[in-house]
Amino acid sequence: MNRNAENLQPTRIRRASAYALCALTLLCVTPAGAQAQPGAAQAAIGPDTAPDVLVKTVTLEVLDLIAKDKDLQSGDRNKLVALIDAKVLPHFNFERMTILAMGASWRNAAPAQRKLLIEEFKTLLVRTYASSLTAYSNQRFDFRRLRAKPTDTDVTVVVRVLQSGAQPVPIEYDMEKTAAGWKAWDVRVAGISLVLNYRTEFANIVRDSGIDGLIKTLTAKNSAAESAASAKKK
Amino acid sequence: MRGDRAARAFGAALALVLAAGCATGRDPRDPLEGFNRAMYRFNDGVDQAIAKPVATAYKAAVPDLMRDWVRNFFANIGDVFIGVNNLLQGKPIDALSDWARVGFNTTFGLLGIADVASELGIDKHNEDFGQTLGAWGVPSGPYVVLPFFGPSTLRDTAGLTADTLTDPLTRHKPVRERNAATALRYTGVRADLLGASDILDEAALDKYSFQRDAWLQRRRSQIYDGSPPREADPAAESGENGAGAAVERSPATPDN
Repeated sequence: MNRNAENLQPTRIRRASAYALCALTLLCVTPAGAQAQPGAAQAAIGPDTAPDVLVKTVTLEVLDLIAKDKDLQSGDRNKLVALIDAKVLPHFNFERMTILAMGASWRNAAPAQRKLLIEEFKTLLVRTYASSLTAYSNQRFDFRRLRAKPTDTDVTVVVRVLQSGAQPVPIEYDMEKTAAGWKAWDVRVAGISLVLNYRTEFANIVRDSGIDGLIKTLTAKNSAAESAASAKKK
Repeated sequence: MRGDRAARAFGAALALVLAAGCATGRDPRDPLEGFNRAMYRFNDGVDQAIAKPVATAYKAAVPDLMRDWVRNFFANIGDVFIGVNNLLQGKPIDALSDWARVGFNTTFGLLGIADVASELGIDKHNEDFGQTLGAWGVPSGPYVVLPFFGPSTLRDTAGLTADTLTDPLTRHKPVRERNAATALRYTGVRADLLGASDILDEAALDKYSFQRDAWLQRRRSQIYDGSPPREADPAAESGENGAGAAVERSPATPDN
């Protein structure tokens, strides 16, 4: 478990804003990998940003924004979703995630169906991600240094969630290099792959009610979640 | 191979159960799906009526720090047998680190309420007899939802029985203290899972199968201590037989 001694030290500070500041300082002081850029350019994300730096920067930025915003802290789900749309979403390859989750059924989906599937699955995943953020935003994070060669184009970035009296929970981002920067195509939390978990669910629904049935199920789930979030807000 | 005979006995028992149940479930890992879904609904009812409200109240009323104490106290007791399991799995270094945790936390951590060992960088492990059986090559057997305890497999039910029998808390006297401690422990466990159960609500299209698949993936990962061999590359991308992949992997890998 503890093989990687190079990780940045876990920092214990409860308030996310203070934490983010401290970690950013750490980030500037510690050489964060071969592709890290010097000095103040650390926070800026571009196509050349190393995947582990990308994950860390985005995570800390989002946590920081939550820490500064009363609405987000009090559970304004729609606002949180908008934040994730803007900050996190561009770093995911939802098409690949949908293809992987669909398995063989993808071949039988018409182009219009494919478009809808990607769109609805994206909405579902963003909402799920919002729940996870709400659940874990007070925790301590341990951003692991990437163990990969500079030439690698498919890597796994590991962030560990630390809690006293419990085994650290790894969050692993499977990421691929694209022309537009690194993109995540699967997330594994505590060893549970999101994409694999949906594959069985999707397959069951497609078998019972076809691809249109799956689209209908996803749409219904998303609009139910949205109206629940709006109702909660009032 | 120490566990070979036990493994074979288990295998024979599993084969029987599987043969008996094969006709009913549509997922080969879950031949008892009908029974399991009923049990899932029962557990969910108990959870919604009692466990979740109690855990929510506990989380609201008890400060973070004190909830840490409760979690740490029971975690410290658990580390003793986590060490035993690591030893049984042939990981003496991990076992020593578990017992070092017990040493530090019982003394400097004031009978375990502070997890000083984690602060010192001695990470907690997660082991149980079910994982030990898995590490010995005992196949998981069919998925089973146990009343109150929730997701398990035939193998992990045997493991859970051993865990319970060896748990110092189980034999603690007087019984009233034991019951109070057990209630506190599980309230804390449920409170820590409130976030996870919200995620499940948000993510799942069918909560039963989502929880089952997540749990099976989790156990597989635990048996390989967090780095299970990669599943065969999803066939979807090559356009071959992808939908079956999630299902196919279970008979091929007895450890999942």
